[in-house]
Amino acid sequence: MSKQLALVIDLNVCVGCHACVTSCKEWNTSGSAGALPDERPYGKDPSGTFFNRVQTFEVGEFPNVETVHFPKSCLHCEDPPCVPVCPTGASYKREEDGIVLVDYDKCIGCEYCSWACPYGAREIDTRQKVMKKCTLCVDRIYDPELPESERKPACVLACPTSARLFGDVNDPDSEVSVAIREEGGYQLMPEWGTNPANHYLPRRKQRITIHEDELIRADSPLKKEGVHPHGPVEDVTLDDVTSW
Amino acid sequence: MNKSLGVNVKTGGNEVKNTTCYMCACRCGIRVTLRQGEVRYIEGNPDHPLNKGVICAKGASGIMKQHSPARLTKPLLRKKGSDRGAAEFEEITWDSAFSILERRLAKIRETDPKKFALFTGRDQMQALTGLFAKQFGTPNYAAHGGFCSVNMAAGMIYSIGGSFWEFGGPDLERARLFVMIGTAEDHHSNPLKMAISKFKRSGGRFVSINPVRTGYSAIADEWVPIKPGTDGALLLALNHELILHGLYDRDFLIQYTNAAELVNQDEDSNEFGMFVRAEVPADEGCFDPPNKLWWDRNLDRAILARSEKADPKLLGHYTLADGTPVKTAFQLLVERLRQYTPEWAETVTGVPADTIRRLAHEMGVTARDQKIELPISWTDVWGREHDSVTGNPVAFHAMRGLAAHSNGFQTIRALSILMTVLGTIDRPGGFRHKAPFPRPIPPCAKTPNDPSAVRPGTPLGDMPLGWPAEPDDLFVDEHGEPVRIDKAFSWEYPLAVHGMMHNVITNATRGDPYRIDTLMIFMANMAWNSTMNTVEVRKMLNEKDENGEFKIPFLVVCDTFQSETVAFADLVLPDTTYLERHDVMSMLDRPISEYEGPVDSVRIPVIDPPSGCKPFQEVLIELASRLGFPKFVHKDGRRKFKDYPDFVVNYETDPGSGIGFLAGWRGENGDQFMKGSPNPNQWEKYRQNNCVYQYHLPKSYQYMRNWNMGYLEWAQDHRLVRYAEAINLHIYSEVLQQFRLAAQGKTSDRQPPDRLRKRIETYFDPLPFYYEPLESRMTDKGKYPLKAITQRPMAMYHSWDSQNAWLRQIHSHNYLYMSPLVGKEQEFSDGDWIWVESMWGKVKCMCRFSEAVEPGTVWTWNAIGKANGAWNLAPGSDEAKKGFLLNHLISEELPAAEHESYSNSDPITGQAAWYDVQVRVYPAEDGKNMSMPQFDKMKPVPGVSKKRKPWLAYFAGEKQ
Amino acid sequence: MNPAFSVIFLTTLIGTGQGLFIAVVFGQPYSGSGTSNYGLVATILAFAFLAAGLFASFFHLGRPERAWRAVTEWRTSWLSREVIALPIAMILVLIYALLQWIPGLVDGKGMNIIGLAGVFVMLALFFCTGMIYACVKFLQEWATPWTIINYTVLGTASGFVLATALSAALDVARLGEFKGLAIAFTLIGLITRLFSFQRNNRIKYRSSIQTAVGIKHRKITQRSMGHTGGSFNTRAFFHHCSHKLISNLRLVVIVIVFVIPVAMLILYGYLPREEILWAAFIVQYIGLLAERWLFFAQANHPQNLYYQTVG
Ligand SMILES: Nc1nc2c(c(=O)[nH]1)N[C@H]1C(S)=C(S)[C@@H](COP(=O)(O)OP(=O)(O)OC[C@H]3O[C@@H](n4cnc5c(=O)[nH]c(N)nc54)[C@H](O)[C@@H]3O)O[C@H]1N2
Ligand SMILES: Nc1nc2c(c(=O)[nH]1)N[C@H]1C(S)=C(S)[C@@H](COP(=O)(O)OP(=O)(O)OC[C@H]3O[C@@H](n4cnc5c(=O)[nH]c(N)nc54)[C@H](O)[C@@H]3O)O[C@H]1N2
Ligand code: SF4
Ligand code: SF4
Ligand code: SF4
Ligand code: SF4
Ligand code: SF4
Ligand SMILES: [Mo]
Repeated sequence: MSKQLALVIDLNVCVGCHACVTSCKEWNTSGSAGALPDERPYGKDPSGTFFNRVQTFEVGEFPNVETVHFPKSCLHCEDPPCVPVCPTGASYKREEDGIVLVDYDKCIGCEYCSWACPYGAREIDTRQKVMKKCTLCVDRIYDPELPESERKPACVLACPTSARLFGDVNDPDSEVSVAIREEGGYQLMPEWGTNPANHYLPRRKQRITIHEDELIRADSPLKKEGVHPHGPVEDVTLDDVTSW
Repeated sequence: MNKSLGVNVKTGGNEVKNTTCYMCACRCGIRVTLRQGEVRYIEGNPDHPLNKGVICAKGASGIMKQHSPARLTKPLLRKKGSDRGAAEFEEITWDSAFSILERRLAKIRETDPKKFALFTGRDQMQALTGLFAKQFGTPNYAAHGGFCSVNMAAGMIYSIGGSFWEFGGPDLERARLFVMIGTAEDHHSNPLKMAISKFKRSGGRFVSINPVRTGYSAIADEWVPIKPGTDGALLLALNHELILHGLYDRDFLIQYTNAAELVNQDEDSNEFGMFVRAEVPADEGCFDPPNKLWWDRNLDRAILARSEKADPKLLGHYTLADGTPVKTAFQLLVERLRQYTPEWAETVTGVPADTIRRLAHEMGVTARDQKIELPISWTDVWGREHDSVTGNPVAFHAMRGLAAHSNGFQTIRALSILMTVLGTIDRPGGFRHKAPFPRPIPPCAKTPNDPSAVRPGTPLGDMPLGWPAEPDDLFVDEHGEPVRIDKAFSWEYPLAVHGMMHNVITNATRGDPYRIDTLMIFMANMAWNSTMNTVEVRKMLNEKDENGEFKIPFLVVCDTFQSETVAFADLVLPDTTYLERHDVMSMLDRPISEYEGPVDSVRIPVIDPPSGCKPFQEVLIELASRLGFPKFVHKDGRRKFKDYPDFVVNYETDPGSGIGFLAGWRGENGDQFMKGSPNPNQWEKYRQNNCVYQYHLPKSYQYMRNWNMGYLEWAQDHRLVRYAEAINLHIYSEVLQQFRLAAQGKTSDRQPPDRLRKRIETYFDPLPFYYEPLESRMTDKGKYPLKAITQRPMAMYHSWDSQNAWLRQIHSHNYLYMSPLVGKEQEFSDGDWIWVESMWGKVKCMCRFSEAVEPGTVWTWNAIGKANGAWNLAPGSDEAKKGFLLNHLISEELPAAEHESYSNSDPITGQAAWYDVQVRVYPAEDGKNMSMPQFDKMKPVPGVSKKRKPWLAYFAGEKQ
Repeated sequence: MNPAFSVIFLTTLIGTGQGLFIAVVFGQPYSGSGTSNYGLVATILAFAFLAAGLFASFFHLGRPERAWRAVTEWRTSWLSREVIALPIAMILVLIYALLQWIPGLVDGKGMNIIGLAGVFVMLALFFCTGMIYACVKFLQEWATPWTIINYTVLGTASGFVLATALSAALDVARLGEFKGLAIAFTLIGLITRLFSFQRNNRIKYRSSIQTAVGIKHRKITQRSMGHTGGSFNTRAFFHHCSHKLISNLRLVVIVIVFVIPVAMLILYGYLPREEILWAAFIVQYIGLLAERWLFFAQANHPQNLYYQTVG
């Protein structure tokens, strides 16, 4: 199987800090995807082009409720519906690594691809009037001038909880594939057959089971104080009422 | 620019500089990449010990701070005759700004130095600002601590000699159970995030106790929703349950705490409640001499505590040879805890008793059965060799959810005791100190204790802030009344160790205890989000006396941006941004130390400031030189320091002491740490080393530092501490008891004024106890049934990021979050406009229903709402019209009972009680979809950009 | 979806143009008189509608100067196919006009061949346009043959109504047939559209908040979409109108696209005033604009699951 680069996002540790949101904006606005414009940056209801957003969902009802922080960027679908609909060929999926990109020089800004993305991953650039979206930081990950350890997407390097893993999901031995396999990685909206390359890792719970008989041990420090850990023996016992 | 993607755009050819972030107080190392002089990219510095390459949302938005339209660029003087708040200014030169200040301050200093007050917000240069105040000779100095989390610092430092916040933290590397209480973000933002994720991935169990489930709490394995202000009850019940089952670390308690020490129980004695002391020649020290007693099980009599071969009782009541009844401190604790059953706590906290019991069992059994043993040998202060370091892997972290209540001090004492009972202090898997902690209990620094310490033209003899150990250390006059303008260190708030900035404006306006002349505010938005009772405070700032003079005659504000407070200034000093100046995160202040050893760091400019801006550090050095402060001028009056970098290198706390602002690369050759003669190459060394100096303590010095001889002697050698003595933990606080005895009239020295006796007696309990927060107690809970709190959003820093084009898109306005049950009862729907009303006032805002909040609590993100036009945002911006500030509902004073007005603060520490307010909510039916209150539009001040860009498409190196 | 006006105009204008052309070709055998220039005028008018639609479409493009690039992906993109079909259709219409303008260039059979080719391209164009929407499978309101049928029938209907009005002005001879067909197509349109409304009412959405975030729980609510400022996602995919407006609009559409025009066409039989027919066309066209608006507004894009709550 050919290479398919992707992000794997671990919802078990994402705290919703938005570091991936602004580091993405920062890297990309001055990079080959830039500039990423903001409308009314200091006005009423500001708005801007971002490739990555972190949303929050609540699952369940008080008190049995989970708050889930949910980062979302282009999922680099293996069968991306956004690509075949593009009339100009501006949207394309790279053979060599599976990254879905937009060629800004070809894009006519018809927005059709954004209709064809079920995930809302594409955003129009309101100034250049072309469609943009997460590039998997294609201008970082192959940059020979960066040290090997930094040839990763900006959001991955930024993430303080390392909730964002990056790698080849078609290589069974990659970190991402192992995580998907072992931690229950899943895809979004599987019903559409888009086969997103990005995966999400679910919440996992750690519990402690304590058995009744573990609470008080033979060497309970209470004994040293002359206190019986199971409580004082003042009630009547057989010794008080009978003899043999 | 983007000629089709996929082609490699080389990142090379750019300039890369390292410095330290200051988009928040976490102080991560950053790498700034510049393209043609413009910031292309800010990323975490992978070689920095704190953040190891990661960055947060704010840090990654630093570029937009550089391009803020709210940037102040000229010193400004209020136009004659204009009102404060109207933001009518004229530009002046720095020369005239300096001469205005010099003239005014010189006059104050020569007459009555306390009429100058210097208050600073969430800054990181208290070493310098504190020194400035001290040299000026004014006691009226403080930073944010009092309105921030002084309860956390004091509650823990008075108990274990160290604390959370910036002084210590949880060892998540080795913990197996982690309990986080009342924390949304905290100062150690990135490191904490890194640690929690690693902890979870290594199979640790994470419990969060918080009325709200967001952020960190979201990823907790268990969320324990609690009613705000009731954690004391929970913590006491946990202690109760642990001790009941013998789930405590007896050896630890005996050797390292005062648990087994005998307390005088003779009610008639003036020594009642004090430890019984043996006649032992004691060193002249500022803390615990080793002269207390244990009860020996074998001898069945009292012996000197920590005598060799002693086998002490931890519990029990005994009679000394002289007939004095005594109990062990632990016995007193157990008796105290008896009433605090899980069933009782359930009624207070809303946490089911079974949950409380289960949590206690998890803590106790994990601590007992999963002991860590590291093959690290060390020697304790009593000379005993240990061939291993052991630990009980239960770690805690807590912050303002505990601190920002008026019962916070005692709650945090209860937490400290819980951590101590589990035996987790400075041990692997538990709580770990960060240099320069641990400190003696309490630390040695003291404020002056007599009004005569304030003398014209003379520096203060002691620190403006300190750690009272007894009533004699209070800073009061002969009537027992406050000397400081904020009344810190008075009988009203005796342990107000960080000052009480939240009362300065009210007190100064009222002339209670006296009027001042000049108030200088640095890096604090006191007319908005860091003040309580904002509407009234804004009026006070503009209030005039019968002569038509402002009640606070002169107000100086140093800020980088056009904040709400700038509008009220008489003189505005435009500061630089963090990318444009030198800064130090000094060992004399709050350094970025790690558990493994001291670390300090610096900022080095990566870009030039606009020509009209000047670092506040330079302003202080200049003023100090002009005013001829002894430490800043030679005997002949010539200035000593060219500028701030020069000061940092050459200043020594005492001439020849070898101690200065930076601890790294001291000595002529730069080979000394902490102590050593000035090194002219110091800045360069920091520059070459990622702007940070890290000292790695040997492993044997890294644990048990309260009692670790190696560590303590090393610390003494390096002048981190004065004494290399054991810092035993205070299960029972004799310090508090001394204040109580004074209030009871049982001491011969200082006693509180009569009106305060009861108050002191009640709250200065040597053992933790639970009481309902003061404001809630005075609130008609039938009318105001809900508690209202705020949380820090991870992507905003207080009020200062609304000018940031990227961050404000994440939080341009806020909602009041609440359980849908509340809306149902009040008949409004999700998203509706509602009123939220406390006994102090009301605010209109939008509501948002959430399942992740305790149903008796409502909350919002802190400091998102802005005054119209402030931060040079377009009038009518979301921040002003849809956003709101909860501070309008919070009072800086409690409801006045009879003749007294007290600050809305913890009665022990003066900690601002932000989270005690109670409210009600109801639908707003006026149909106007706009938050309330609204304020007159703030005009752009001279020097800020006049034209707001309708759009922005930042591309570094392509000047637009 | 947030209706895009350029697309609404594009599809309604070319739909009318296509329908009109089909009517012209259909009417060709009836053009006995030879004196009327009806055919020519109608063909030119059809061309004008197509051109106006094309013009409107440019407003939809961020970079109209590169519009020519849109022909390149005809192998996969229905939009590309539409972009190819439309000019071909326009060329055929032009040729058809030319042949009528300069009579005798080809014989009647040739006319018919060209005409039928034109009709075929018109139908293909209907198909392409419909498929642009119908092929987006997760826009379940669109992903149905009804989309194509409606585009075709409604375009044809409005073309025939226009043809009827036009013939009343220029050549009464064929009016009867046109009117009959206009009524027929409009009524068929009513039926097909009602069917599609009905179908859309009963859609079971395959995507849900559960599949969107991949968590199984009965109760999942969004608390924050991640930004309080707006974004492309909140602008392009939401119409921000109330449900009530939408359901009222359905009624309005039914009345002004179908009921009123048919009533007017019938009325013309009793009160033969030309204005009534023109009014019928205009009313129906306006109705079609509303119908197209609804077509967009009613489509629930699954991306909206991610943008439910500002917080
Ligand atoms: N991003 C960001 N980081 C910051 C700051 C910022 O503004 N933005 N500010 C910095 C500053 S100055 C400070 S002081 C720190 C503060 O850091 P935190 O202490 O984390 O600050 P708060 O946001 O006040 O968080 C208080 C938490 O306690 C909870 N809480 C409130 N009342 C109670 C209670 O009675 N019991 C319990 N158990 N929980 C309660 C709240 O729900 C909230 O989660 O953050 C620092 N870090
Ligand atoms: N309701 C409620 N109120 C609270 C809190 C709460 O939890 N709830 N938290 C409280 C706490 S813990 C704190 S610490 C305070 C914080 O309150 P403040 O210390 O007032 O913090 P900021 O709002 O960030 O204001 C700091 C000011 O510094 C300015 N500034 C930023 N960078 C620089 C710089 O480099 N130089 C200079 N000179 N100025 C600069 C900003 O423009 C801003 O005007 O808020 C308190 N207020
Ligand atoms: S940076 Fe990491 S932790 Fe923060 S929101 Fe993004 S994925 Fe989550
Ligand atoms: S997520 Fe959307 S934009 Fe990205 S490849 Fe899949 S369909 Fe295309
Ligand atoms: S907007 Fe650009 S990339 Fe998207 S379909 Fe149209 S031409 Fe293709
Ligand atoms: S991979 Fe790059 S472009 Fe994609 S979300 Fe991350 S930082 Fe943004
Ligand atoms: S946590 Fe604070 S210091 Fe660290 S990168 Fe973020 S804003 Fe900067
Ligand atoms: Mo704070």
